[in-house]
Amino acid sequence: MKYWIVSALAMLSAVALALSGANEYLFFAGFVVLQAVILATGWNILGGYAGYVNFGVPGFVGVGAYTALALHLLFNAPLIAQIVAGAAMAALLGLGVGLLTLRLRGIFFSIATIAVVFILEAVVMNSRFLGGATGIQLTRPNDVWLFGTYTRMLFVMMTLMAIVALSVARYVQNSYIGQGLRAVRDSEEAADCSGVPTLKVKLIACAISGALLGIAGAPMPMYLSYIEPLSTFNMHYAVIALAMPIIGGTSHWLGPLIGALILGTLQQIVTVTISSELNVLVVGVLLVVFVVAAPDGMIGLVKKWKTSSK
Amino acid sequence: MFFSFELLFEAVLFGLMLGCFYAAVSLGLSVAFGLLDVPHVAHPALLIVGSYGAYMLGGWGIDPLVSGFLLMPIFFLIGMLLYRFYYETFESRGTAAGVNGLAFFFGVAFIIEVLLVVGFGVDQRSAEADYIGESLRLGDLRLPYRLLIAAGVALVLTVALSNFFSRTFIGRAIKAVGQDEGALRLMGADPVKIKQLAFGIATSVNALAGAMLIIVSPVEPTMDRIYIGRTFCVVVLAGMGSMKGTLAAGLLLGITESLVLTLFGASWATAVSFGLLLVMLGVRPQGLFGR
Amino acid sequence: MENILEVKGVGKNFGGFTALSDVNLSIRKGERLGLIGPNGSGKTTLISCISGALQNDGGTIHFNGESIETLPAYARTRRGIARSFQIPRPFHSMTVLENLMVPLAYVGGVSGAKARKQGLEILDEMGLSDKAENSSASLSQVELRKMELARAMAAKPKLLISDEAMAGLSGSEVDDVLDILIKLNNQGITIIMIEHIMHAVMRFSERIVCLDAGQIICDGDPKTVVGNSQVQRAYLGD
Repeated sequence: MKYWIVSALAMLSAVALALSGANEYLFFAGFVVLQAVILATGWNILGGYAGYVNFGVPGFVGVGAYTALALHLLFNAPLIAQIVAGAAMAALLGLGVGLLTLRLRGIFFSIATIAVVFILEAVVMNSRFLGGATGIQLTRPNDVWLFGTYTRMLFVMMTLMAIVALSVARYVQNSYIGQGLRAVRDSEEAADCSGVPTLKVKLIACAISGALLGIAGAPMPMYLSYIEPLSTFNMHYAVIALAMPIIGGTSHWLGPLIGALILGTLQQIVTVTISSELNVLVVGVLLVVFVVAAPDGMIGLVKKWKTSSK
Repeated sequence: MFFSFELLFEAVLFGLMLGCFYAAVSLGLSVAFGLLDVPHVAHPALLIVGSYGAYMLGGWGIDPLVSGFLLMPIFFLIGMLLYRFYYETFESRGTAAGVNGLAFFFGVAFIIEVLLVVGFGVDQRSAEADYIGESLRLGDLRLPYRLLIAAGVALVLTVALSNFFSRTFIGRAIKAVGQDEGALRLMGADPVKIKQLAFGIATSVNALAGAMLIIVSPVEPTMDRIYIGRTFCVVVLAGMGSMKGTLAAGLLLGITESLVLTLFGASWATAVSFGLLLVMLGVRPQGLFGR
Repeated sequence: MENILEVKGVGKNFGGFTALSDVNLSIRKGERLGLIGPNGSGKTTLISCISGALQNDGGTIHFNGESIETLPAYARTRRGIARSFQIPRPFHSMTVLENLMVPLAYVGGVSGAKARKQGLEILDEMGLSDKAENSSASLSQVELRKMELARAMAAKPKLLISDEAMAGLSGSEVDDVLDILIKLNNQGITIIMIEHIMHAVMRFSERIVCLDAGQIICDGDPKTVVGNSQVQRAYLGD
């Protein structure tokens, strides 16, 4: 119950902020942070809960983005329809990769996800309809009901999507499926012998994770008013989608959120005080440091500190 | 797109040479991942480091091939240390196969990429040598020297490693440690030290392969990504840990890529290795020569 | 009395290596079967084919009259086949009780307070109730083995396969586990026990089957099998 109250408050704050006279830049930056939260949460459902590492995050983000673009170009579809379609296509992609590789060892799934990025990028590059290598410009409606600018509306939409993502992660974690995923992650063989339909459970996680990653990508064409393959299929998404849950903690839905907030803040500080190249380096270094020294993330560290100070 | 037998023949020939090169580049991974089962997605990143090393030594007038040999001992040490660290942190804690080991190597690969960008910038770098840009002419065919040399070195490497693993005591111990650690322990050998040695060898081969890479084409920091596809494709196609299989798989990839390049263009060519990999994983995951 | 398990003509190949060939085995309901054989003879391969961890090459497997050789492992568990592993495989991020709640949920469909109650009852029978809330990663060897059996029991099996549950245990620990297995059998569960500890096998089994190089070389009552010259040669070599 507490969770829903906090979520409702967060939503109301976002709306209030959007209706206020705050600086437009705030909403640009806010979009990026919220996208990061969705990416981290989506990744973690497969990576943290099930133990399968998706390196192909840019591919899923790209599928979301380009599906949204296609809907916009073909039907001038409203944003919500673009997001739903993007999520559906990304979920299908997740299922496809899963069906192909989940019977094999984990690392083959991971390599296959990298393959997905390259193949999708090649497809887009060769498609004039989707803009090819040069990309496509979009026009956004100027005057938006209630919020004034499109950016503000996007900000509110992303807040809603972030809450959806966190709610889904929370639900999965505490559900029957989450229990099965944990069993698969700890010992797939023992899970098999305990009646867990391991392939089905993993495929469900693939689809849900894919859908959330697609949701993170779908609003991008409208956000940027422009889309092209190089920046859409950027490996940067993969590194942050991995780093945030590992920094925050992979076994709980709060972990990705904490990781996103920590990393987001850190990145802003580094970019402003030092440089933007170093900012990218910071992500990589933090990822390695946490994986080596604190594999249970911040949540794990807090737990250890609590039990040792008793 | 017009069909010319000559064009296709040239493409196949080019593919054979390219394939030898791909095999050489994948030999190290065949050992690290195929034999030792380490999820070493940072292998191609180390390859690129080797290329940049050759580039730097080239600044002092050293031929890239010679640079490759000079870098081998350094890379051997790096490999040994890297494996030791990986083993102490992950394998001995029993969490190797999972998220953490993979995330670790991915993070290392990414850090290497960024450091290369910071150090050398994003532009392409090439090596300089007399034989780059020149070709051997056989009738109407032009065989670029740089590819011939790379192919030649690759063949020598493959034969050398293949013999090393089947004929020397250490080589056979390395092959054994991947399959049955217990038996090795009973023989008095320390499996961890052997794996460390193997990883060192795999990494030093990478140095030479990196030097060859910069001979064959210009390099830039993010090239490790496409090479993840190519090297893992070759290793999976070959069937884990088979040296001779690596050569055959490399040739297959090289020819396929070359044909796709000629017929469909560059943007599809980069997807070939990944596509081939996915097909193999779906159809015959033990590879062409694996059991 | 009908047979709970009918294995006919089952084989298993790994590439060029034949691990099992033409294995025929019928097990009666409630039977106590000991499965012995030298290392590498195919014992674990055979039970993996029965439990579904491996897919057999050729032959049929019937459980309670139903053909199961095409079913995945979890479906066979849901029909009543449970196994423990040679090297225990706990769900290490969960407590001992939570370990049991997985099969309770996924086989029995029970969750929440009801599952906790059933889980605690099983742990009580195994002598593990004081460890219920402990992390499974913190258990000793013999406690892990008991938890393996407890988890198998939580799947409410009709056939339980115990794969070297006593390996590496001390004398009194072996007796502990043996007593548990006998108690379970008295509740009506058919048990196949793979073991190298001969006195445990002799004490437990009504019938012994001996495997060597992927084939059954002897099948009968304990004294006869143990006295069989082929069996002795298999263990001691020529």
